[in-house]
This record gives sequence, C-alpha cells and structure tokens, in this order.
Amino acid sequence: MTTTATSTSPARRVSSLLGWASLILVGATVGLGLVLPKTQEQAEYSRLIAVHPPAAWASYVAVGVAAVAAIGHLVTRRASWDRVTIASLEVGAVFTAITLATGSIWGRPTWGVWWEWDARLTTEALLLAVLLGAVALRRSLAPGRGRAVITSVAALATVGLLPVIHFSVLWWRSQHQVGTLLSPDPASNADNPYIVAMLLGFVAFSVLFAWLVVQRVRIEALEEAYDEVLLDRAITDRRAEARPASEVPV
Amino acid sequence: MWADAGLVAGKDLRIELRSRVALHQVLPFSFVVLVLFAFALDPDRDVLQRAAPGLFWVAVLLTSLLATQRSFAIEAADGNRDGLRMSGLDPAGLFLGKAGAVAAQLLLLEALLLFGVSVLYGIALRSFGLLALTCLLATLGLAAAGTVYGAMSFGLRVRETLLPLLVLPVLAPVLLAATRSFEAALGGAPRETFGWLGLLAAFAALYAVVGLFGFGPLLEES
Amino acid sequence: MAYVAAGYLVTLGGLGAYAAWLTRRARQLTRERAR
Repeated sequence: MTTTATSTSPARRVSSLLGWASLILVGATVGLGLVLPKTQEQAEYSRLIAVHPPAAWASYVAVGVAAVAAIGHLVTRRASWDRVTIASLEVGAVFTAITLATGSIWGRPTWGVWWEWDARLTTEALLLAVLLGAVALRRSLAPGRGRAVITSVAALATVGLLPVIHFSVLWWRSQHQVGTLLSPDPASNADNPYIVAMLLGFVAFSVLFAWLVVQRVRIEALEEAYDEVLLDRAITDRRAEARPASEVPV
Repeated sequence: MWADAGLVAGKDLRIELRSRVALHQVLPFSFVVLVLFAFALDPDRDVLQRAAPGLFWVAVLLTSLLATQRSFAIEAADGNRDGLRMSGLDPAGLFLGKAGAVAAQLLLLEALLLFGVSVLYGIALRSFGLLALTCLLATLGLAAAGTVYGAMSFGLRVRETLLPLLVLPVLAPVLLAATRSFEAALGGAPRETFGWLGLLAAFAALYAVVGLFGFGPLLEES
Repeated sequence: MAYVAAGYLVTLGGLGAYAAWLTRRARQLTRERAR
C-alpha cells in the first residue's frame, strides 16, 4: 500500500524509468514536429500534427484505462484499482483540455475561427465536461468504499461517450479531417514525415500518460494514508476537548 | 427483478399521483422554458420553427433533470435510503423501477410539451409514429442515464449543484440524436431518422446496462 | 509560425504545469506524513 518512502523499490524504479522515457520521447516528438516541412494547403500549421492527434489519442486511452480499472475495482473491490481509475480520469481531463486548446489553435489559421461548432470539437468538449464532472464528484465524496464505487461507475458511464466522439466525424458533415492514418495504403505511411511524427507522438504521449498516472496514483495513496492520520489526530483533539479543562494535564 | 421493478415504479407513480409535483411544477417549468426560448429568439416564426426540434429537446433535457432530482429527493427523506437498502429488493429491479417511473412521467410531459411546441411555435406535426418512437427511445436513454447519475450523487450534500454538471454533458448525445430525428421526421425525410433512432437505442441500452449492474454497488456503498 | 509555437507551448506548458503540480503535491504529502 505504501510504496512511497523507499527510494529503490521496484515501483520507484519503474516510475523514474517512465519519467525519463517520456521526457526523451516527448522531446523527440517536439523536435521532429517543429522541423516538419511546410505543406501546400496549410503552410507550417501542419506541424501541429505531432501534438494534437497524440493528445486526443491520450485522452481516449485515459478513458479506456479508467473504464478497465473501474471494472477491475467493481470486481475485486481493491483500492489500487480505484486509484488507477481516478488517476486516469484526471490525467485524461488534462489531455482533453490540451486537445481542445491545440485544436482551437490549429483551427484559427486553417478555418479562420477559434472555435468551430464542429462535431469532433464539440464532443471532445463534452468529454472534458464529463471528466471534470467525474473529478468533481470524486472530490465531493469522503474517502472510503462508497467513493471508490461511485468513481468506478462514473468512469464506466464516461466510456459510452467515446464511440460518439469517434464516429461523430462521420455522422455530421464535419470540417474536421477524418482519421488520415487508416485511409491510405499503409506502405506509404513510412515515407510520410507527418505520419512518422504523429506516430512518434502517439508513443510519446502514451508513455507520458503512464508516467502521469503512476504519479497520480502515488499521490492518491499518500492522500488516503494522510487522511487517516488526520482523522486520528482530529479524534484525539476532540477527545481532549471533551474533557473538562481542569482535567487536562498542563 | 421485474416484480420488484413494478413495485418500485408503482410506488413512485403513486407518490406522483398524490403529490402532483411533475404535473404542477415540472410541466409548467418546461412551458416557461419554451416561452423563454421564444423571447430569446424574438417571436420570429422562421427562426423558432427551424429551431423547434432542438428547443423542444433542450426543454425535455431540463425537464428530465428535474424529474430525476425529484425521483431521488423522495428517497432521500426520512432515511428512506436505508429502507431501500434493507428492503431486500433486487437492485436491478430497483433501477428499472425508478427509471421506469421517470420514463413514464417524462413521456407524458413530452406529449404535453409537444403539443405546446406545435401551438406556441406554429409547427405542423406529422409522421407521429416516428415522433413517438423517437420520444420513446430518447426517454429511455434519459431515464436510464439520469437514474444512474442520480444514484451516484444520491448521498451527496452537494447533489443539487453537482447532478446537472454530471448529467447534462452525458445526455448531449440524446439531445443531438433526438433533435436530428425530429428534424428529419418533421421535414418529411423519415429514412434519415433510422440512424439517429439507432443511436438513441444504443445510448439507452448502454446506460441501462450500467444501471442494472452498477445500481447494486452504488446503493449498498453510498 | 506563431500558431505552431502557441500550440506547442500550450501542450508543453499544460503538461509541464500538471506534472509540476503532481510532483509538488507528492513532496508535500510525503513531508506531511513524515511529521
């Protein structure tokens, strides 16, 4: 339960490995993304392809991981699954916000507006609202088994939104590009620097997601332990108050 | 499970029959929403008529929020929660009963509201079968998702403020699909409704599954 | 180029800020618990 203090535990080693790996990979992605050639249609704006789709990808992964962890919790009722659920939801909210921000920035020069009531954008904004709602729900609950179950069900209910977001591009007549990765023949992808940068971005953001989740899980464990300490302390204090002042040893 | 569902739904509907909260408070509220839309968009018939399906479903969405809150408010009083927990009723049946009662009330409200829309906004209603089917599927989704989230925020002191934040974004796909389906049905393109009806059915099924399996743990832990 | 720079800055800034917040919180909690 408390894999925190010892600095050489395997958990710590995995965490620092993930940390360095994500640092290097994200650095490489940014480097590669920034030197991408200009394109005919979009000038240099296509360079955003190295961060925007990967951030969106990470937000999907986050919701998926949260759902799996939620099922894990509902089946086993172990606290560790619950920590992964909330960690994944919160990190997912961060990636969703970044997706929206970069999407908006990309949309300004290409579509001419900061915000387009476009299917992908709108549903991704909905996803952000749902994730923030789940985090807010979690915050308003006292630690314990009830909170864990409620978080799990909230995470499961969020997954339902994913297919809607993903297929929304097909349902509405959307300005948003349909996934470029799956449409052309895969052989040409390797030559295309954009695809390479985007794929590297997918890997980098996935590793980064894993690292952030590990950190968040650790904090959750620490907070739970700390809450118990606080509770004990509060109980001791109240007991002391309950005694008449004369009896309290000075 | 079905017997328990019937019991719970019957109880909720009986409470509604005696208290008339949905009829005397929620229904007028949704009419106020319709009128407010008319104020906001100017009584310009064109805009109102074009936007009518969307406005109708936004009104229904807000109404469903109230109905869900009401449905759990009656369980929150007088320690009913513990009563429910110890009643030995099947949680899945409990979920179906609560959602069913909400759905029944919503359907009635929708019928009245649809009448209101056609009068206030001057909409000629047609293809009633498709409209009714859309209402039915959308209502099932609204009731199922609303009941899941209602149960989630059940034990909270902040549930009045938190529930809308939780539920409204989740219900947005219903708003979208039901609006598009209505537009197609009213616009005389019934074929286009099928995809949207499918989405509504999928949404309802998804949250029904979450509710059927999640209600037990939610009720026993919260 | 300004938009591209802004996009990358938002991404790195956002992730960096969140990671920094996590690290600070973890350190704070470890310290509190040690007390």
